[in-house]
Amino acid sequence: MTTCIQLSYLVATALFIFSLKWMNDPKTARRGVLAGVLGMTLAIVGTLIDPSVIAGNYKWIALAVIIGAVIGYPLSLVPLTAVPQRTALSHAFGGFAAGLVGTAKFYYFTRGGIEMPLFVTIALCAEVLLGYLTFTGSLMAAGKLQEWLPGRPIIYRNQNLINFFLLLAAIACCGLLIYDAHQFAWLFPVLIALALLFGVLLIIPIGGADMPTVIALLNSYAGLSAVAMGFVLDNKLLITAGALDGSSGLILSIIMCKAMNRSFTNVLFGAFGQVQTAAGQVEQRTVKSATPKDAAELMEHAGLVVIVPGYGMAVAQAQHRVREIYDQLTKRGVTVKFAIHPVAGRMPGHMNVLLAESDIPYEDLVEMDEINPDMPQADVCLVIGANDVVNPAALTNDKSPIYGMPIINAHKAKTIFAIKRSMNPGFAGIENDLYYDDKTLMVFGDAKAVTGEIAKCLAGEEGGH
Amino acid sequence: MRKIMTMLLLPLTVTPVMAADVSVSGAHVAEPDYVGLLFVFLLSTFIGLMVITQVSRLLHTPLMSLTNAISAIAVVGAILVGGRSYADNGELTWINMLGLVAIVASVTNIVSGFLITDRMLKMFKQRGGK
Repeated sequence: MTTCIQLSYLVATALFIFSLKWMNDPKTARRGVLAGVLGMTLAIVGTLIDPSVIAGNYKWIALAVIIGAVIGYPLSLVPLTAVPQRTALSHAFGGFAAGLVGTAKFYYFTRGGIEMPLFVTIALCAEVLLGYLTFTGSLMAAGKLQEWLPGRPIIYRNQNLINFFLLLAAIACCGLLIYDAHQFAWLFPVLIALALLFGVLLIIPIGGADMPTVIALLNSYAGLSAVAMGFVLDNKLLITAGALDGSSGLILSIIMCKAMNRSFTNVLFGAFGQVQTAAGQVEQRTVKSATPKDAAELMEHAGLVVIVPGYGMAVAQAQHRVREIYDQLTKRGVTVKFAIHPVAGRMPGHMNVLLAESDIPYEDLVEMDEINPDMPQADVCLVIGANDVVNPAALTNDKSPIYGMPIINAHKAKTIFAIKRSMNPGFAGIENDLYYDDKTLMVFGDAKAVTGEIAKCLAGEEGGH
Repeated sequence: MRKIMTMLLLPLTVTPVMAADVSVSGAHVAEPDYVGLLFVFLLSTFIGLMVITQVSRLLHTPLMSLTNAISAIAVVGAILVGGRSYADNGELTWINMLGLVAIVASVTNIVSGFLITDRMLKMFKQRGGK
């Protein structure tokens, strides 16, 4: 029986690896989901036949599965603009599950007077700490993304010091528990409370623009808590699947950090909002503005149009209007490309999903590094709700807080149209030199309204020809 | 080639430690083969790193929801904890309850994770609507 179970776990592991491998191409990616589902089914069936699971409890397990499915199904139907908060929420569920299993195991051992090997206690502490920290941290992230909590960093005096001591206290609890879990069992609830609190305090000082990194990092933590659970339960499948998730989150957060030219510690403890005040004083400069009609006319006669989407496009739900512009222009033989910055939006790959939803072929979604050499050839660059990712100050002004961050070279295009609600600096509060460029024309208004207007102009002129 | 080699290596490290079963005998837990477990962790992390770096940047959002569903493998631990009998009469104890709540949380992730990944992937089309 045990061999059967272990073999099913082995096959499940292989399926999970293939599942991720097939994600390397949109053509095979859906097969990857199928492999994942098969692997998961196999793992669950394998676990249900485990002799330690008694038949009398099947009905309760079935009930739990049904409740989970009933909650999970509507969560899979959220609009794509809400995908970042759904992802954060599911990290919270993942962390919560790990924390609960750890708690159950701990009381099973201590109440039963069962001695735990050193290794198991260490893993148990790690599981509980990571699990509960991920739980509250992800809830905070989801709250910020859903705008139930303020998106701006929440900052108070000695924040990092307080966080540091909190973590130190949690580690001290772990130390005592590892030393003698039975004598210090009363510290276990304290450890849980500290982990929950630390999760909250770790995330509240982080601003919305840093969410891609934070979500990726929490993804990694959720995976690692599953690994720790695997160590506690001596279960290899938990370790392999958890490690796959952990490494995925790690890689994504490294990509995000690189794309912002910041380090992990800077994202987590840097409190982005604070830095900005230093760069506040900029002399009054004038901008040129244009109407959507001007933009439509110029784009219509262009050879290459590059569109740079940002979070503003997602907020305004403008992606379907953008698609109309894309259609109108390609029909006239204009080449239209989308320049995607790795941190555009609120999670890795956010823009790609939104544009794919509006039926734009994925060949035209181009990464920053690939599009930049072509930017000088672009006749028009249309910036929709993106700000920092096209700010040339990142290249030229070494006093700017975003100096050194790789950007999309929108300023190299022959003409730039930037759609923006007003001249208020964006989330990060950094002045954008691009808007003051001689070649830049500002189109003021809501992204959805303006893009709709441009699309209408393009469609209208077609009738007039 | 290197990738294939590592893939072949993983099962090798899993098989020898398969017999190490947790058996609760009296008042202590059998020491798990933790070096073996760390081996499994190390190798699967490396495989993860290699496989994930190959993932198309287009698909980073679906990748995250897919790994989310996969990390809901915690359901295995939740079933083992929630499905076990702790009381002599086989009644549910609060330890079972913790496990069952963990099952609810994990299954939520499995169902929503796989479904939304597929929903997003369906949207990625090549030119010409393929």
